[in-house]
Amino acid sequence: MIPDSAVWLIIFLPVMAFLLNGLIMRPLAKEKHARYSGYITIACIAGSLGLSIWTVASVASEGTQEFPKQINTHWLSIGQNFDVEIGLLVDKLSAIMVLVVSICSLMIQIYSQGYMKGDHGYMRFFTWMPLFTAAMLGVALSGNLLFTFVCWELVGLCSYLLIGFWYHRPSAATAAKKAFIVTRLADIGLVLALVGIYHGMNDTAVSMGYNVFNIQHLPEVAHAAIIGGFLTTGAFTWILLGIFAGAAGKSGQFPLHVWLPDAMEGPTPVSALIHSSTMVCAGVYLIARVFPLFAMPDGETAALVVAGIGGFTAIFSATMGMVMYDIKRVLAYSTVSQLGYMMLGLGTVAYGAANAHDPAEAAHLMEIGFAIGMFHLFTHAFFKSMLFLASGSVNHATGTFDMRLMGGLRRHQPWTFAVFLVGSLALAGIWPLAGFWSKDGILFYAWENTPWFFWFAMITVFMTAFYMFRAVFMTFYGEFRGGDPLGLPHSEKAGEGAHHEVHPHESPAVMVWPMVVLCVLAIGSGWTVGSLSAVEFLGGEWHGFFAPFTQFEFDAEHALPLLGLIVALSGIFTAYTIYSAQWISNEAIGRLFKPVRTLWYRKYYIDELYEDVLVRGVLMKGVFGALAWFDTIVVDGIVNGAAALGRSFGGLARKLETGRLQEYGIAMGFGLVVIMAVILIGFHW
Amino acid sequence: MDVGLNHYLVLSAILFSIGLFGALSKRNAIGVLMCIEIMLNAVNIAVVAFSRYLVPDKVVLTGHVFALFVIVVAAAEAAVGLAIVIALYKNRETVDVQEADSMKG
Repeated sequence: MIPDSAVWLIIFLPVMAFLLNGLIMRPLAKEKHARYSGYITIACIAGSLGLSIWTVASVASEGTQEFPKQINTHWLSIGQNFDVEIGLLVDKLSAIMVLVVSICSLMIQIYSQGYMKGDHGYMRFFTWMPLFTAAMLGVALSGNLLFTFVCWELVGLCSYLLIGFWYHRPSAATAAKKAFIVTRLADIGLVLALVGIYHGMNDTAVSMGYNVFNIQHLPEVAHAAIIGGFLTTGAFTWILLGIFAGAAGKSGQFPLHVWLPDAMEGPTPVSALIHSSTMVCAGVYLIARVFPLFAMPDGETAALVVAGIGGFTAIFSATMGMVMYDIKRVLAYSTVSQLGYMMLGLGTVAYGAANAHDPAEAAHLMEIGFAIGMFHLFTHAFFKSMLFLASGSVNHATGTFDMRLMGGLRRHQPWTFAVFLVGSLALAGIWPLAGFWSKDGILFYAWENTPWFFWFAMITVFMTAFYMFRAVFMTFYGEFRGGDPLGLPHSEKAGEGAHHEVHPHESPAVMVWPMVVLCVLAIGSGWTVGSLSAVEFLGGEWHGFFAPFTQFEFDAEHALPLLGLIVALSGIFTAYTIYSAQWISNEAIGRLFKPVRTLWYRKYYIDELYEDVLVRGVLMKGVFGALAWFDTIVVDGIVNGAAALGRSFGGLARKLETGRLQEYGIAMGFGLVVIMAVILIGFHW
Repeated sequence: MDVGLNHYLVLSAILFSIGLFGALSKRNAIGVLMCIEIMLNAVNIAVVAFSRYLVPDKVVLTGHVFALFVIVVAAAEAAVGLAIVIALYKNRETVDVQEADSMKG
């Protein structure tokens, strides 16, 4: 049984690293001692990982007797019946999430030792990274929506600081601002949802003796509030949509996905952390956390929206991933697409549960609901962080992220190639790697509950396999195409960048080993380990690949995994024909589909739409224009008018002020006479 | 005819009014100062008269003492006033109070 303080320590160890590095190392340590800040971070996050493992083991062994367990601290009271508590909720969901966050974060920190070596911001990097990790661990463990919100915003802040880590590059500064503003825009929805929850449910919660923001009691309270008529279905739907808006911003769901590819401007380990287990997963995790709300009959519409947006995002961003040349952007669009999957998985099961005729079936779906979304998050975290680290390793060797300048790297970087290949296979959903199992679950439930979105998901499977192997073939096969000598970190020191030749080489061991560890997890995390697997731990079920062979029952349930596999393999094969075997000319296809390709490459012109139409047109000319007009004409008019009025009255009074004492005296004497007259008349009236 | 309090007060009022009128209308600064002296003396008459007539039985000299104070203050004030007039003359070569309007806003 894990003690409460140990659970708190999971969050506070990285915070301690942040404080040590930020308050002691950065101001005091010399440049040559910078590496110790990395050691501090690694030590603290390793501590968190150890405690996370302990937590998972406790939850697994003690199960339903002790968990879910709340660790609450009273914080403050506002008014008569609004108590703010900060608290943690330890259950299966949060236990597995802290495990993912701390494993990925630890591996990424170790990798960063090599990747960030020699960077001037080394200590700054290792100040923000543990804070980022701590904030995400806070989101994961929080048992209270207000505390979640605090950590949620901290995650946003850290992403801003880290995406803009190389702040002297204008592109990085812009990307950081974009990420911050877009996610903040989405958070308006979340804040409104919190206000809505308080407004609609607080009385009910108080009468039941619960805190209204307590995540564990939220479904119960919401149910009572709806039954009691304090909350209409419409209002409830808006609350859920508000929560989803916040989640969609963080998780880069359409139409708020625009910040995610640009966030590639940060250092690669940051991208890996953002994309595997922190920022973008926060959104999916939040939906999973409040999943029972979406699964209520009143949450039906919201669940459908989640599934729809998720399904659409999955296919939409995959199309863009298919044409990008920047390897990290391919991965970024892939992340958006996979997050769409997770949303699809969560939304579709919630929709099924909300629509279930049989209460037992609804309860069953509720039980496994978040499991399938979270299971994909769990497996995805490992292979996506690994893929990002591998792309960083490729960059380390070639000085560029542009795949057109790579090629043939499998001979020079065997380890990187191996892990990238495994990651791609896992992402494509090839049996028996982790991605297969988690995608299988989502596809199955999408088929069961919302067949329409199932086909979205199926097309995405093909596209995912295609773009990942496009990246594999372009990067690692064929002939080496030169790299970018200007982009190499050491070419700068040589002072003759342009004449420097790129010699691709394998990255140092400190970068390779974390990738290998994640690779092992990418292979194994989908499997049953001993008697425990992640999906069963989360309450889900298997829809195994072997069943059709053993039972010869080719019904829909068993055919789906096969179908998914066939589609994924055909995607890989298509990529092979174009980019490796070159049976079909890439240029010919480019010409044939030029309009579509351009549309995809320009990201559907959504950035332009936002920038030119929404921001420049609607906002600056329209809304802000109207506000500016109001400000200059009405507000300034009132202020200046008041001043002018005072001035003209003052001008009149000014004439009275002759500066001659005698005239003042006359006025005083006259005033005296008037006062006396008034008093006398008053007395004799 | 007995001379009573009212007679003194009327005299005081007449003197005060003459003084006030002079102080407000004279152009010459010295004249203004002299008129102020008349006003102060009007006050002195009123003060002494009140003291004499309102508490006649006792020998209370409150009003008289006040009058002495006023005279002292008036003397001091005359000194200050004359100093101002001299300064005014040095600066502007005039003692016409109409010209001294540097307090104008």
